Amino acid sequence: MVTIKELPKEEYLLKGHAACAGCGTAISLRLLFKALGNKIVLVVPACCTTVIQGPYPYTSFVVPLQNILFESTAAAASGIVAALRQRNLKGITVVGWAGDGGTVDIGIQALSGAAERETDFIYICYDNEAYGNTGMQRSGATPYGAWTTTTPSGKRERKKDMPLIMAAHRIPYVATACPSYPIDLVNKLRKAKEIKGTKYIHILAPCPTGWRYDTSKTVELGRLAVQTGLWALFEIEYGKFKLNPPSDRLIDKAKRKPVKEYLTLQGRFRSLTEEDAERIQKWVNEDWDKYRKLASNSTSDFAPYGKI
Amino acid sequence: MAQMLIDTANHIAGYAAKAARVKVVAAYPITPQTTVVEKIAEFVESGKMDIEYIRVESEHSAMVACIGAAAAGVRTFTATSSHGLALMHEALHWASGSRLPIVMAVVNRAMGAPWSIWPDFSDSLSQRDTGWMQFYCADNQEVFDTIIQAYKLCEDERVFLPAMVCLEGFILSHTYMPVKIPEQKKVDDFLPPYKSGWILDINRPFSHSNLVSPEWYMEFRYMIQEAMENAKHLIPVIDKEYGETFGFEHGGLVEKYKCEDADLILLTMGTMGSEAKIAVENLRKDGLKVGSARVRVFRPFPTEEIVKLAKEAQMFAAIDRHISFGMEGFLATEIKASLLNQKDPPLVAGFIAGLGGRDVTFDTIGKIAKKSLKWMHGGKVERETEWVDLRE
Repeated sequence: MVTIKELPKEEYLLKGHAACAGCGTAISLRLLFKALGNKIVLVVPACCTTVIQGPYPYTSFVVPLQNILFESTAAAASGIVAALRQRNLKGITVVGWAGDGGTVDIGIQALSGAAERETDFIYICYDNEAYGNTGMQRSGATPYGAWTTTTPSGKRERKKDMPLIMAAHRIPYVATACPSYPIDLVNKLRKAKEIKGTKYIHILAPCPTGWRYDTSKTVELGRLAVQTGLWALFEIEYGKFKLNPPSDRLIDKAKRKPVKEYLTLQGRFRSLTEEDAERIQKWVNEDWDKYRKLASNSTSDFAPYGKI
Repeated sequence: MAQMLIDTANHIAGYAAKAARVKVVAAYPITPQTTVVEKIAEFVESGKMDIEYIRVESEHSAMVACIGAAAAGVRTFTATSSHGLALMHEALHWASGSRLPIVMAVVNRAMGAPWSIWPDFSDSLSQRDTGWMQFYCADNQEVFDTIIQAYKLCEDERVFLPAMVCLEGFILSHTYMPVKIPEQKKVDDFLPPYKSGWILDINRPFSHSNLVSPEWYMEFRYMIQEAMENAKHLIPVIDKEYGETFGFEHGGLVEKYKCEDADLILLTMGTMGSEAKIAVENLRKDGLKVGSARVRVFRPFPTEEIVKLAKEAQMFAAIDRHISFGMEGFLATEIKASLLNQKDPPLVAGFIAGLGGRDVTFDTIGKIAKKSLKWMHGGKVERETEWVDLRE
């Protein structure tokens, strides 16, 4: 466990990157590099980070970066991992860094395949709950009720539960995170680095541009997502489910803030009805019943099979 | 010691990947390619190939994994057919645009719908403009030799482009023929260790293939075109060097047979070239001056060779195992385009034959030749594109 003071001073995300003001992804990227250092190879599909890195002949990253096709992050990482092993290059971590569309929608096949093959890499989904780079269209990770340009009156379906989909692959490490809790994120990245096999980290990355809130409120929005219980911070290590602070205190329903506090701050939920908000609150409560059960189970359905 | 085998072209493609000392293979099964990846699996599990063998979940991922591996600094190989190749389409552009020297065996199979598992060139020719070099083989020995030659070509710093080595499904893929596998040391001498233009390197942290503005994009495209032109000069040189070393030469860009004095030249690709040679023999017995030119390399297209052939001949018959719907066969189109600015070019007739695996025998080609000769003597191509052996 690190403290803020122990984080390295080195910056591998340089000034002049092209992220929007208040971008939750840019904060996450900065923390990614601080956590893992520069002995990494980053694989980035079409997503906001395609823009954030900056256009040719410039780059704002101080790590080698392979840009790749939208649906192929995990496939490219598989090839890189294989080549590094053939070259006997040790101590280099291969990291897939993809948006929610590139992960839960178009990229899920390659990711599922890489996980099933027990590919030794870290896959990170930074989730701003829509196709941000193309101007906020609905993705499988967009939550119920949210405005996007392709759901102008609000999405009518619920968010895909990608972390548990990945857990069902029985990979050794699955975690959720949010840049509003930087130490938690850094710890999870560092833990993932030490584990062999496929590691999946899902970061909720608030997006002022798409969620329609003031750019100064990114950290606050992330905190509210966690404090209301809409986004739970947890990790599943070798099949063992564990809630992390502050989410571990939220099993007690009374400790959770009402979801309305989170929803009303964002323009994307402006057309939400009272009924919708109640529905969302009910689902959050159900989710926490699920987390309670997962946290109390000593044997897990998510334990890796291991090589036979 | 060189080894004489009697084996299928698919197995031979596996032997070629092994002889080329590839380090990463990423592949997905599809008929009629499957026995390529099965052969490699056999080599890997018996310890004859010490490689990373990624059994991916789709052809798209197969190509992208090859891109990742080639970018991370090793020689890669894959193989596919038909719909598998079509699924790779996007990644083919990414491989050539990234200037990665990947070599892939394409076991030609017709595209659906309706389903067909039999050969034609509609799969690989649909990938004409992806920036991949394309070789078409006429026998199993050529499959082995071309895969080795292709690595040497792709990894030449004047080229740094990927290549597909095409072989027709079943006609070659599942047909046993004698093939000479050269001694490993000689292959190693001919084909030096993997070389590429760039590499993912933590000590030289670049952003590879990031966003390029209109100020730069055209120059990157122009460099690919230059590389293709360079390849056009290198292919005959490499083929000749290969021939001097291993005893097999395949005609460089175009394999010519009795073209010197020919009035009519039959232009084909792939195994139709072998049938065309027999047809030429038979026609010559009847005193007809016919030659065969098998276009071995479709990209880069051997325009200059076609122009040279046109100097003496009065008539070209282009036989396409492919149709570009709404136009004609690609071979016919490219030949006509090559000749456009030449003085007194020969007549060019296009023939569509052998789609979806229909046999194209020397008899079929003989009929095509006779029809072409009739048109030649009449001084007019009566049908721009003739479908051969079509049911009425």
